[in-house]
Amino acid sequence: MTTDEKWEFWLYIAGQTPKSILALENITKYSEAHLKAKYIIEVIDLLKTPQLAEDDQIFAIPTLVRKVPKPLKKIIGDLSNKERVLMGLNIR
Amino acid sequence: MKQDNTVFPKTPTGIAGLDEITNGGFPKGRPTLICGTAGSGKTILAIQFLIKGITEYDEPGVFISFEESAKDLTQNVRSLGFDLEKIIGQKKLKIDQVRVERSEIQETGEYDLEGLFIRLNHAIDSIGAKRVVLDTIESLFSGLNNTGILRSEIRRLFQWLREKGVTTIITGERGETTLTRQGLEEYVSDCVILLDFRVIEQIATRRLRIVKYRGSTHGTNEYPFLIDEDGVSVLPITSLKLEHTISAEIISTGVPGLDKMFDKGGYYRGNSTLVTGSAGTAKTILAAYFALNSCKREEKVLYFSFEESPEQLIRNMSFVGIHLKPYLASKLLVIHSSRPSLHGLEMHLLSLHKHIREFKPHTIIIDPISSLITIGSKGEVRAMLARLMDVLKMHHITSLFTSLNDEESLNYAGVPEEAISSLVDTWIRMRNEETDGRRIRSLYIVKSRGMGHSSEIKDFIITDNGIEIMDGVPSKEQRQHTPGKAETFPGNGTKQKS
Repeated sequence: MTTDEKWEFWLYIAGQTPKSILALENITKYSEAHLKAKYIIEVIDLLKTPQLAEDDQIFAIPTLVRKVPKPLKKIIGDLSNKERVLMGLNIR
Repeated sequence: MKQDNTVFPKTPTGIAGLDEITNGGFPKGRPTLICGTAGSGKTILAIQFLIKGITEYDEPGVFISFEESAKDLTQNVRSLGFDLEKIIGQKKLKIDQVRVERSEIQETGEYDLEGLFIRLNHAIDSIGAKRVVLDTIESLFSGLNNTGILRSEIRRLFQWLREKGVTTIITGERGETTLTRQGLEEYVSDCVILLDFRVIEQIATRRLRIVKYRGSTHGTNEYPFLIDEDGVSVLPITSLKLEHTISAEIISTGVPGLDKMFDKGGYYRGNSTLVTGSAGTAKTILAAYFALNSCKREEKVLYFSFEESPEQLIRNMSFVGIHLKPYLASKLLVIHSSRPSLHGLEMHLLSLHKHIREFKPHTIIIDPISSLITIGSKGEVRAMLARLMDVLKMHHITSLFTSLNDEESLNYAGVPEEAISSLVDTWIRMRNEETDGRRIRSLYIVKSRGMGHSSEIKDFIITDNGIEIMDGVPSKEQRQHTPGKAETFPGNGTKQKS
């Protein structure tokens, strides 16, 4: 991945549930700490756009999908285990 | 049954036989669990449920596949004559594959399966689905670690499906000690169906059993079922009621001399006849006569020949003046030949059932039924034959079965006669005796329901022109074999009512 490219995460949620809010807080926190300003987090609420669930093979909520860099990676859950998330996303 | 329907409405599956044994189908708006080993036909049954819903009841369906892709599924059922692409195009069917790749997914912390619910809901609403299949939801367990979450979410899903009011089939793989690996049967309390695929004496047999069906009467037996080019069909056991309408019409046996032995000059239409005898007693000739006569009346004949190929049968019969060939060409006569050991008895009966539905014959001949009977235990055989008789009576089909049994031989098992003789209406015994250095052929009527018959043992000969029944007096030796106290006089046979 080139240095000026941004990490891109899609967080799939279904309404503002505690688990989803926690997941968003967690990924924002980890990204801020390790990726500085070089990241984008897109929040997709499937209650509003249910048709998007099929494309990314979403069945669990919340699901975080790493869109960039490739390959696609998925982490499901509230992302509370920091080490696991960082490892799963290859952030370090 | 009517009362049940008002309490628990049902959704017809449209699958031949299955609606009969469930008294109308699956519980409407509720989940039904179909479990069975790999390859037992769960997916085919489920997809057929959706297709029949679309084509026969105008109920769109959603297929959520946890295993096969939509493409694979479409290809797999094409051989069954189901064109999924067409009904997908018509927005009657939606297939959504939920792919759970363990290698792609990490789990950390709490989650739920709301994404699956949303997909399912979206799919249902997009086409107005009334029927749903989840095949096989247990795949989630191999992709995800947190079984606690999965269990409670699956429980919630079933509840959600009930609230949504869709009639659902959930498939599950058979576990070691439980019906499904993950014990899904605990969550589905409405209707549970078990499919079984086993090999007995090298013959593959599929069976279906209703394990439970809340609030409904249902058959409790194991029902054999068949998967062929038309999908699944289940053979229900007898209707248990003997309420077929019967006919008083008489049809000829095909042999003039034999007709004369019956008081009314032949068999009743819809009658079942058993012809027994040892090898070479001309049972097949008698059967062929009957077939020929049916053809002459322009009535369709389905001839199951388990010992001779169609060509062989036609040729051999032409030697004794029975010319069946023209009727084969005009499709009045259809001969099915197969080795009995190719399938189990019940599979033969199932395929017979199917041929009856499709060909709609007036007459059926099974030659010999004894070769089917060597498969399976006595009890099974009887149950199967009872089913067969029932099917035939229901369709007013006149039938003739030959049965090989060698009374003199030591290894005579006696199964066929015993199993079948009480079920048939007419029983004719054929014999071959060696007296004074020559063989004498003879036949007599053992029973004939609803009709008086001759109790003579009639000698007969076979010539180039067929069977000729003699009117003479049988010899002393033969008379000793006469059943009962019947005495015979020239030209004036003693009649006894049965």
